[in-house]
Amino acid sequence: MDFEFSDEIKMLRKTAGDFAKNEFEPVAQDLDREEKYPRDVWKKASGLGLIGAWIPEEYGGSGVGFFGNAIITEEFSRVDLGMSLIIAGTFGCEAIYWAGTEEQKKKYLSLVSHGEAISAGAFTEPDAGTDVAGARTRAVKDGDEYVINGNKMFITNGDVCDFMVTLCVTNPDAEKRYKKHSLIIVESDRPGVTATKIHGKMGIRASDTAEISFEDVRVPVSNLVGDVEGQGFYQAMQFFDTTRIMVSAQGVGLAQGALDKAIQYVKERKAFGVPIASFQITQQKIAEMAMRVEATRNLVYKSAWYLDNHKVDPILNSITKYYAGETAVFCANYAVELHGGYGYIDEYDVQRFYRDAKILQLYEGTKEAEVLTIARRLLA
Amino acid sequence: MPGILIYAEVQKGEIKKGAFEITSKAKQLAGDVGGEVAACIIGKDVEGLASELAKYGADKIFVVDGPEFENYVPEAYVQAFAQVASQFNPSIILTSASAQGKDFTPALAARLKVGSISDCVDLSVSGGKLVAKRPMYAGKAYAMVEAVKEPQIASVRPNSFAIEETAGAGAVEKVSVSLDTSKIRMEVKSLELAASEEPDQTEAEIIVSGGRGMKGPENFKILEDLAHAFGPTATTGASRAAVDAGWRDHSYQVGQTGKTVSPNLYVACGISGAIQHLAGMGTSKVIVAINKDPEAPIFTKADYGVVDDLFKVVPPLTEEVKKIKG
Amino acid sequence: MNTVVCMKQVPDTETLIKINPEGTGIVTEGIKWVMCPYDEYAVEEALQQKEKFKAGKITIVSLGPDRAIEAIRTGLAMGADTAVHINDAAFYEKADPYATAAALAAAIKDLEYDAIFCGKQAIDDDSGQVPAILGELLGLPVVTLVVKLEVSEDKSKAVATREIEGGHAVVEVSLPAIFSAQKGLNEPRYASLPGIMKAKKKPVDVRTVSDLGVSVEPMTVIKEMSLPPARQAGKILEGEDAVEKAKALAKALHEEAKLI
Repeated sequence: MDFEFSDEIKMLRKTAGDFAKNEFEPVAQDLDREEKYPRDVWKKASGLGLIGAWIPEEYGGSGVGFFGNAIITEEFSRVDLGMSLIIAGTFGCEAIYWAGTEEQKKKYLSLVSHGEAISAGAFTEPDAGTDVAGARTRAVKDGDEYVINGNKMFITNGDVCDFMVTLCVTNPDAEKRYKKHSLIIVESDRPGVTATKIHGKMGIRASDTAEISFEDVRVPVSNLVGDVEGQGFYQAMQFFDTTRIMVSAQGVGLAQGALDKAIQYVKERKAFGVPIASFQITQQKIAEMAMRVEATRNLVYKSAWYLDNHKVDPILNSITKYYAGETAVFCANYAVELHGGYGYIDEYDVQRFYRDAKILQLYEGTKEAEVLTIARRLLA
Repeated sequence: MPGILIYAEVQKGEIKKGAFEITSKAKQLAGDVGGEVAACIIGKDVEGLASELAKYGADKIFVVDGPEFENYVPEAYVQAFAQVASQFNPSIILTSASAQGKDFTPALAARLKVGSISDCVDLSVSGGKLVAKRPMYAGKAYAMVEAVKEPQIASVRPNSFAIEETAGAGAVEKVSVSLDTSKIRMEVKSLELAASEEPDQTEAEIIVSGGRGMKGPENFKILEDLAHAFGPTATTGASRAAVDAGWRDHSYQVGQTGKTVSPNLYVACGISGAIQHLAGMGTSKVIVAINKDPEAPIFTKADYGVVDDLFKVVPPLTEEVKKIKG
Repeated sequence: MNTVVCMKQVPDTETLIKINPEGTGIVTEGIKWVMCPYDEYAVEEALQQKEKFKAGKITIVSLGPDRAIEAIRTGLAMGADTAVHINDAAFYEKADPYATAAALAAAIKDLEYDAIFCGKQAIDDDSGQVPAILGELLGLPVVTLVVKLEVSEDKSKAVATREIEGGHAVVEVSLPAIFSAQKGLNEPRYASLPGIMKAKKKPVDVRTVSDLGVSVEPMTVIKEMSLPPARQAGKILEGEDAVEKAKALAKALHEEAKLI
């Protein structure tokens, strides 16, 4: 087992880190206030191959795998979680990668890897989040088209994407609950697709989140991912096993960023004539943050490595996601405390990190869902 | 052979202040190493300037004067100075580390087949050898350096030594240099000098500098007013934040990736004091910080601090300075 | 257009400098090593000239120990074609600007090039001498502090704008020549991911100084290193309002510091 990074990964980390530092830092605060998606930064990142880096070279990506993508995600999130979500410009395409036909892969993966399109993954509905199989958006075959009706909620990139990989019920009469769905690619400019941007998010406000409604939206049957109906639930599970790790990498990044800022602040801030870094409670907090960041990081790297080597350990994935969410919230919280009053105002970044961190316990698998996954599998 | 030879750079028809600084220092060092202090001026129509150097200790002043030396071209100046150096045969050669000095000195040294020590902030003699102190790592460390062979060559950071008047014999000697023009492959086409009379930051005695707290390019006017109040040896500077925001040209930037300055007074307005900025002005004799953030790191390095809104402090400060200067 | 870029790997600008117990150098443990920022301008200029002429080979030449290969790979990832890594730890430890230039010159002398690009100075020793010494050793003209460069169509000469106190000088120089890059010359590009992946396959020639036939000794020696005296925090000037504080400051500058 080799714990050293290859030269490519080191350079990749440097490019991603430098990019985030130069391109995110000057605008992050304003984008957070204005709830604005940084399309220009996405475009620039795309030009460098940072978006869709996981996509194999034959489909236009850099072929660095989900491990490489995790490194980029980590470096981006270290600077700003909201802006780091430009890396989700390929969101949904992971399902096409795992389950799509060769034609679908060639077409859609190259669109997102070349910066020609942004994708979204439309799974969640107003009444179905954790209960994926509870999704009720209907796709009814009519000749050589599907007609789609339904609503989706909390869709990342919903209002900026060019197409979305959508979970629909195609086989309502299937015996098993898990055989009723399919994933269908829906282009955003199809008549009947309405995206409404969601305002007022607590955090990650530079990322785009929307409600989508489908009213008699028609798409060709060739948009059915994998060309086989009824596989949607399993394709979604496989998709989430992948994205869960990417989101965990966000947690590592945010936690590390919070730790960096806390360390810098406590060395400079004085109380009672000495830097607060010399106080033991401060030291305890810093040490606890560092322990969690290191542990989470190793969970993420292991999980990502497994993904790239076509091994999936759902228990490991859930442990990773749960722990990453906890670590991010934990570190952001301590970072604010260590900044004292200054941590509460937006002139300092840590208050944004605090607001941003919570989503990591909510999306891409709530922490409760992860706990149940771990326990049920162990106790099965 | 004992003796110290200094290079006196001429700019805009005048000998640069740095030349007087190193002449003064050479006079002092000659007391330890023995020998005469000589200076060398190179340029066109510069003969008349030579005698000025006698005031600061030059016993001999070599003048290389001709139209071919009107503009600085490294090869021409190196040939000329090398000839003077081989004639005078000094144990030490000093230059001022101006843009020209930094360009010229290592080439000269290599031509004489020796090394040089650049950007020195102090010089002393120990056991007959020149010991030079120079900053490294953007001033985060200092090194004491010695040359292996003679002549020992050092370029000196402007503003490092006081100018002292100690009369030298002042004998002016015109040197005729026949240039090997076949080796000259560069020509100065034009000089674009700024209209302003303000000194360059690396040579200014007082710098009034602005950072992120300036909030916009038009606000630098109040810093310019303060610099004018301080006098003709003052200029303005900027931190990286202000330059990156496009508020000032990068020629104003002070800091690790900007200019390294050593003024007598550095007034930092709305600058937080990141390590990289401190690296560029940390050797200033007196640092003043004006910033409304009491936690700004710059206050830990400032000799005088004012915790208040710079827009409310700088204009009245300008008025006070004008009153004091009369 | 064929170019050579001289590159040095240095400690990152944020490094906290500590002197080693012997007092002869800095503590290198835990340092983040990067390509010297001024050398990034040099690499970028070489890339832009190659793009302008639509052809040419860019060779990075670097004197440094084992770890320097990472900075070399970064240059290759940015787009340089090949590199010479003069890997000689003993030589490197003692190398002063003269010895460094001699090693670089030995590696460069047999290469084909229209121009050599360097950064204006390495941000560790800050000596800024290598470009000029290299010019002497290779018999080439040197233009330092370049902020703009135009190469003629036939690559026989170039017009360079260089920084001087109070402004700029525009010089015409015949090629081949050496140029040292100053901030403002260009905006160095990020190493793109495709570039990073291609970099692994680009050839790096590793040599020692004896391979290159170099046997010079340094011309200057560092006897001792020290940290600057800690600057003490001074005093905060008080006053009822900003105007009073300004008056107090002016008074201190006049009476105490005697600066006005």
